[in-house]
Amino acid sequence: MAELKFLSAAEGKSEATCSCPKPTGHRISSGQPEAHQAEVETVPHWVTGTIATPAGLVPVVSPALTRADLWRHVRCRVSSFRDAFALRPGLYAVGAPDSTSEVLVSANYRLSFDHLRRELQGMHVWILVLDTKGINVWCAAGKGTFGTDELVRRISASHLDRVVEHRRVIVPQLGAPGIAGLRVKRATGFRVQYGPVHARDIRPYIEAGCQATPEMRTVGFSLLDRLVLTPMEINPAMKKYFPFYAAVILAAFGLQPTGIIFSSALSGSLPFLLLGLLSVVAGAFLTPLLLPLIPLRSFAVKGWIVGLVSVFVAAQASPLLNPAGAILPVITYLFFPLASSYIALQFTGATTFTGMSGVRKELRIAIPIYVSSTVISIVLLLVYKLGEWGIL
Amino acid sequence: MKYLHNVTSLQLSLRKCTGCGTCIDVCPHRVFSIEGRKAVILDRDRCMECGACAMNCPSGALSVDKGVGCAAALINSMITGGEPTCGCEKSGADGCC
Repeated sequence: MAELKFLSAAEGKSEATCSCPKPTGHRISSGQPEAHQAEVETVPHWVTGTIATPAGLVPVVSPALTRADLWRHVRCRVSSFRDAFALRPGLYAVGAPDSTSEVLVSANYRLSFDHLRRELQGMHVWILVLDTKGINVWCAAGKGTFGTDELVRRISASHLDRVVEHRRVIVPQLGAPGIAGLRVKRATGFRVQYGPVHARDIRPYIEAGCQATPEMRTVGFSLLDRLVLTPMEINPAMKKYFPFYAAVILAAFGLQPTGIIFSSALSGSLPFLLLGLLSVVAGAFLTPLLLPLIPLRSFAVKGWIVGLVSVFVAAQASPLLNPAGAILPVITYLFFPLASSYIALQFTGATTFTGMSGVRKELRIAIPIYVSSTVISIVLLLVYKLGEWGIL
Repeated sequence: MKYLHNVTSLQLSLRKCTGCGTCIDVCPHRVFSIEGRKAVILDRDRCMECGACAMNCPSGALSVDKGVGCAAALINSMITGGEPTCGCEKSGADGCC
């Protein structure tokens, strides 16, 4: 295998920033025209060799995913591991492409790149990876990092005009919000052709002479699509809100005229802690999962309905989750369905069909309700405490 | 699945439209069709304001107020008064996309 140096890009994330264990592969040296720094890295395990082009050596990547790759995909779905899952931008090869082979454009988020390369078994194509700061194609297109300027820059930096004799690139359709095809054509001579939404359709798309069916052009949001997104709804909700909420509840129930009593803190606050967890499950897991089955279109309302039903069912199932008295049940039915609603509203950021104007409208109506209900709940909790102490 | 009724900022100018069909290629929700050599909006409620059509329309016939449809980002922008971003660029951020 020819020697090829893997050099860190001057800006953005490179493979070096990935927190995953480095493969103990061979070191490679040079030919990368876009390299800025002479910092040699270990070659990623998915690079199997190099191919010589008039613009220098280009790394060849394997279309096969290893178990290590798949394990990293799981980690991407459940934690902030995804924030460091980038690869070096530039030109890559799959198979043995030549000057007539198609050029597929992708993002430097490993999950996106891996989804693409695993669909390319037996094909001979180029992959032009843009620097999207480790963000997937669709999100990066929305932000403009998967954008016209970056595509133009990357086409010229990788000397694509020397590598291929044709003048077209296949951009994933979901990259279109960031790419103005006409401007790319004017600046580089390369015509942008929008490929299918999903990498799995790239082979039939190319075989059909770069023609996409309406199905290939449409984004769905299946049960599985929604399911894989839920861990990253639950995780932030548990990290961001739950510790603060738990501290407030423990303090509130533990607080006695004689000081904070830990035994009463635990026993008194347990129902509310469990109901808090239930709200997270209702808003971050059940609502996304049952999305099409829940009535009405507003996510705030959907989350509220699921929260309300969850609290009601839990109360029937266990007396522990059915606080007694005059005040605590009011707080239960006021606060927790709305907590679920708020968490469900966050899911708008992950769906494939919600837009900014709609989310703005929801927030305009929902935020005053969230704030006032939280204030009322706190006041009721104070009233309850004062009653408990015999002051009221 | 459709989001809220009649909220999208999508606008189509039939005067400028040349009926080239680029919007049909880039729209991920089949919002458009071509009828009588002009684009038509089949269902406004399917639009998610991604901006792909406006970005790629060669005659500038489409406009849309594109942006992140992400509650966390919009709440952040309401608090800070800045542009809605979900902070996905920062490493370690609990981004939304």
